[in-house]
Amino acid sequence: MRLNSARRYLMNHLVTVLAVLSTVAVVVPLVAIFAYLLYKGASSLNLAFFTHIPAPVGEPGGGMANSIVGSAIVLALASSMGVPVGIAAGVYLAEYGRGKMLAMAVRFTADVLNGIPSIVMGIAAYSLIVMRQMHFSAFSGGVALAIMMVPTITRTTEEMLMTVPHAIREAALGLGVPKWRTVVSVSLRTASPGIITGCMLAFARVAGETAPLLFTAFGNQFWSFKLNEPIAALPLQIYVYAISPYDEWHRLAWAGALVLILMIMVSVTLVRIYAARGILKGAS
Amino acid sequence: MSIEREPEPSSPPTAPSTQMAAMPLHAPAIVNFVAAAEPVAQNGPPSPIRQFLSKRGNGALADNAFAAAMLVCALSIFAIVLFILTILIARSRLSLAQFGFGFFTRSAWDPVSGDFGALPFIFGTLATSLLALAMAVPLALGVAVFLSELCPARLRAPISFLTELLAAIPSVVYGLWAVFVLVPIMRDQLGPWLYKVLGWTGFFEGYNFGVGLLTASIILAIMILPIISSITRDIMQAVPVSQREAVLALGATRWEMIRTGVLRNARIGIVGAVILGLGRALGETMAVTMVIGNHPVISKSLFAPGYTLASVIANEFTEATGDLYLSALIEIGLALFLVTIVVNAIARALVWAVTRGAPARSI
Repeated sequence: MRLNSARRYLMNHLVTVLAVLSTVAVVVPLVAIFAYLLYKGASSLNLAFFTHIPAPVGEPGGGMANSIVGSAIVLALASSMGVPVGIAAGVYLAEYGRGKMLAMAVRFTADVLNGIPSIVMGIAAYSLIVMRQMHFSAFSGGVALAIMMVPTITRTTEEMLMTVPHAIREAALGLGVPKWRTVVSVSLRTASPGIITGCMLAFARVAGETAPLLFTAFGNQFWSFKLNEPIAALPLQIYVYAISPYDEWHRLAWAGALVLILMIMVSVTLVRIYAARGILKGAS
Repeated sequence: MSIEREPEPSSPPTAPSTQMAAMPLHAPAIVNFVAAAEPVAQNGPPSPIRQFLSKRGNGALADNAFAAAMLVCALSIFAIVLFILTILIARSRLSLAQFGFGFFTRSAWDPVSGDFGALPFIFGTLATSLLALAMAVPLALGVAVFLSELCPARLRAPISFLTELLAAIPSVVYGLWAVFVLVPIMRDQLGPWLYKVLGWTGFFEGYNFGVGLLTASIILAIMILPIISSITRDIMQAVPVSQREAVLALGATRWEMIRTGVLRNARIGIVGAVILGLGRALGETMAVTMVIGNHPVISKSLFAPGYTLASVIANEFTEATGDLYLSALIEIGLALFLVTIVVNAIARALVWAVTRGAPARSI
C-alpha cells in the first residue's frame, strides 16, 4: 500500500518535471531563433535598405525599397478583396444562418479552406489569371492572398458577433430599426474591435506568404507600380537572396526578414491598441 | 396567460396616453383605462404612428438585398473550393490522361523525355511530416499540459504570447534561419553525433551535407509545435472544472487527475489537433524547400536529400517547359489539395466534437 502511494507520487513529480522540461525545450530554442534573427537583422540593416533597389550581382549595397512598396501594393489589393467578403460571410453565419444546415456547411468549408496549402492557392491563381493573360501580375498575387484571408476573417467575425448580447439587437429592432441597419450599426459596431483584430491576424498571416506569390507576383528587380505587371514582394526577395550564393545578398536577406517581421508585428500591435481605444470603432 | 389580464396600474404610465391618442374621436363617452387598452382602433382611421410607419415603408427591399449579399459572400466560400478543384482537374487533364493512377506509384521524374511519376515526392512529404510529428507531438503535449494545468498564472500569459508570436513568423524566415544556423549544426555537430550513436540502425548513413530529410523534419517540427500545443491547450481547457474536482476529490494525485480527468476526456480533440498539425506539415512549402536538398530519390537514410510535393511545385513550376510537364506539376498540386482537404476535414470534425458538440458534455 505504502509502496503503491510512493509510486504514484513519484509518477506525479516525474510528469510535472517532464512537462516543465518540454516547455523549456520548446521555449528556449524559439527564443534563440528570435534573438538570432534580431541580432543578424539589426546588424545588417542600414538606410540604403529602405531607399535603394537591388544592386546587380557583385556590386555592394542596394536595398529592397521596391519590394517593400510591392508588398504593400499586393497586400492592399488582397485586403480590399478579402476583407469585405470575409466579414460578410461571417455576418451571414452569425446573424442569418444560426442553426441552419447551410451555415454549418459554410463554417466547415471555411475551416477546411483554411488548411489548404498556400502553394495550391498559387496554382489556382496562376491557372485562373496568369495562364489567361500569359504574363505574371501583381493582381494575380493579390487574388491568391485574398482567397487565403477569407476563411480566417469569416470565422473570427462570426465568433465576435456571437459574443454580442441579444438584448442590444432586440433594443435596436424594438425601436423599429431595420435588420440590415441593426447588423451594420449595432452588431458589427459592438464587435468591431474583435473583428479588426481578426482582420489583422489574417493580414499578418498572408503578409509573410511566399509560396502563392512565386508564380503569380513573380518578383521584380526594378520599380513597378502597375497591377498588370510582375511586382517585387518582400518575402519573395528574401527567398531569392537566401538561396543565392553571395554573402552580400545573405546580409540583405537577414535585414529583409527583420523588416518583414517588424512590419507584421507593428501593424498588428498598432491596430490592436487603436481598436481597444475605440478610435477605429467606426465613424457616424 | 392570466397575468396579462391584470388591471392597468401595473402597466407603464405612458401606455394609456398613447392609447388615448389612438382612440377614434367618435368613441363612446364613457372611457376607462381598461377599455382604452383594448384594440378598438382597428376599425377607425389608422393612428399617426401607423401612418408614419406605413409611409416610411418596412424596408423589406433593403433588408432582403442585404441578407442576399451576405448569403452570396458566404456561398462564395463553397465556390472558391469548388473552383480550385475544377481548375486543378482541368489543367492537369493531360497528365491524368497520360499516366492515370500510375502517376502516384511510379518514381520516374524525367522532364526531358516527358516521363513523370510522383512517388519520390509522396515519400518525401510523408517521411518529413511523420518525423516532424514524432518530434513535435510529445513536446507539444508537454507544453499544453504545463500551460493548462501546472503553470503559475503569472507565467501563462507570457508563454502563450510567445508561442503566438512564433506562429506569426513567416515560413520563409524559418527557412532563412534553417539555412544559416540549422544546416551547419546538422552538418558539423548533430549529424556526426547521430551517426556515432545510432549509425547501426541504418537510418543515418551516407554523406551528410547538412541538408536532407532530417533537417527538413526538424524545421517542420519547430513550425508545427505552436499550432498543436495551442489547440491542445484550448481543448484541455474546454474540459469542465467539475471533472477535475471530482477526480481530485477521489484522492488522485495531480498527474492522475490530468490523465483520467483531462486527457481521457480530451483525447479525441487532441488527436484532431495532431492531425491539424499534420495537415500543416504536409503543405508547408518554403522552409522545407530551402533545406531538403531537392533531389527526387527514395532513400532509407535520413541524411539523404529528398523532395516533397509542395517543394517540387515551388521549385519547378515557373521553369516547366512543355504542357505535359506543367500538367504533371498541377496534378501534384491536385493530389496535395485532396489529401489536405481530407486530413483537415477529419481533424476539424474531431476538434469540433470535443469543443462544441454534444459528446463533450455527455461524458
